[in-house]
Amino acid sequence: MSPFWGGKIMGFEKFGNVSFTSQTKASAFVDFLEEGKLCATRCKNCKAEYFPPRADCSACLSSDMEWFEIKGEGELITYTKSIYAPAGFEKDLPYSLALVSFGDLKIFGRLSKSLKDEEIKIGMKLKANILKLPGDRITYEFVAA
Amino acid sequence: MKKEIAIVGVGQSAFVRGYPGNIRELAFEAYKEAMEDAKITPKEIDATLLCSAPEYDKQRTPAGLIAEYLGLNPQPAFYVESVCSSSSTGLRIAYSLIKSGLHDTVIVLGLQKMSEITSAESQERMGRGADIMWEAPFGTMMPAYYAMYARGHMNKYGTTEEDLALIRVKAASYGMLNEKAVYRKPVKLEDALNADMIATPLKKFDCCANADGASCIIVTNKDKAKEYSKKPIWILGLGAATAPINMAGRDTFTGLRCAQVAAKMAYEMAGVTPNDIDVAEVHDCFTIAEMMAYEDLGFAKPGEGKRLIREKETYKEGKIPINVDGGLLSKGHPIGATGGSQIRTIVMQLRGEAGPMQVKDPEIGLVHNIGGVGIYGNVTILGR
Repeated sequence: MSPFWGGKIMGFEKFGNVSFTSQTKASAFVDFLEEGKLCATRCKNCKAEYFPPRADCSACLSSDMEWFEIKGEGELITYTKSIYAPAGFEKDLPYSLALVSFGDLKIFGRLSKSLKDEEIKIGMKLKANILKLPGDRITYEFVAA
Repeated sequence: MKKEIAIVGVGQSAFVRGYPGNIRELAFEAYKEAMEDAKITPKEIDATLLCSAPEYDKQRTPAGLIAEYLGLNPQPAFYVESVCSSSSTGLRIAYSLIKSGLHDTVIVLGLQKMSEITSAESQERMGRGADIMWEAPFGTMMPAYYAMYARGHMNKYGTTEEDLALIRVKAASYGMLNEKAVYRKPVKLEDALNADMIATPLKKFDCCANADGASCIIVTNKDKAKEYSKKPIWILGLGAATAPINMAGRDTFTGLRCAQVAAKMAYEMAGVTPNDIDVAEVHDCFTIAEMMAYEDLGFAKPGEGKRLIREKETYKEGKIPINVDGGLLSKGHPIGATGGSQIRTIVMQLRGEAGPMQVKDPEIGLVHNIGGVGIYGNVTILGR
């Protein structure tokens, strides 16, 4: 059994405001969020790093992966404030979606509602914050660094 | 330029809100027009490629159902899907089926009856056109993704909300002329700029209209083309590419890499350059998508697309007329039917049959058709 996923595939349904996926070999991502860590994966064979995390390396075809925490400051690449939402997300409106770079990795998520519209600028420094949601759900968001 | 595979028939249903019939009847409307255009009978069709995004269909495996309704049994029929670019992908497959010698004549039938489900359900399904594991849980939908590209383009190049609004003003001016368009009213610049915000900086008129519709393209080999048609339109170049579905996997946020790669392939195959294109249809699901297409296709340098629209160079009388049928913005965007409708427009332009939308004497045309937010890129070059 791979130490990476340890045979545990359930639990991912807790991720995000609404989840569409339950079974994945990367379900430990949610366990790390519970510990306050935002994690990516790295191929132990060729050292390729992945976010979103994945169980298999497309560069060398190895499935021998390890987790590592994404730390420090990221930089805002682009964003939008959604005024309309797909079914199931209406109560969260309005919310801002963003893409943030942390070194060579990029991470998609929401901007914290603590950020004022006029503060949000491409290139601004952000950091990840783990956020617990009602109903035993968990996600991450970006806050000012 | 090799003239080996040709389009000899094109058809399209009207693009409408709430088509009052089922998908087989919708398909028939486009099919009938294409068959009458080509003046051939069902027994001359060797295969049916049905192109759509199946999550909108209540009918399971529609290809078989529709082949039967069109009188195309026992010929083979199968499904082709690359969301919004499904029917351009269909054309690519039709080309290869004919070039291989497996078939002489193939129909590419694109359709979508989006009104089988509610608008909210439709938005939810479109959100699931992105990565459902890592992005959809944040509440994503198509306008938000393209809005992120718009923000990136504005930040890097100084493109303005007014530049984007001008694209919609142009689209609406041609949608008014197109009897098959869903949106046939003019849009004033100030109305576009003052419309309800959807996802900053994109507003209501920056977004295309959902519609029900069907398109049909009849593709055949050189010998049959000369037998069937006085004006065969030749497939000169085909480019197709993909890019990561995740925004996190992308390397540019001011253009679509899949379109850039597909364009290069299509130009090389056809042996032409952007300067040789006389008329084009681009995938303007949002105004920013048309702006990026100007640059991704090489009609403008990166960041200079705004000059094309400010100087009206993409109007019918301009240097490179683009979407002079109303585009997705005003003609409407029935997912699976869109690529075929774009191809039909260029075929009619090259034949000189585009009526009030006719560009002066075009010889080479281009179709740019994107699936998802730049997951699938298809660029097709056609010539007479």
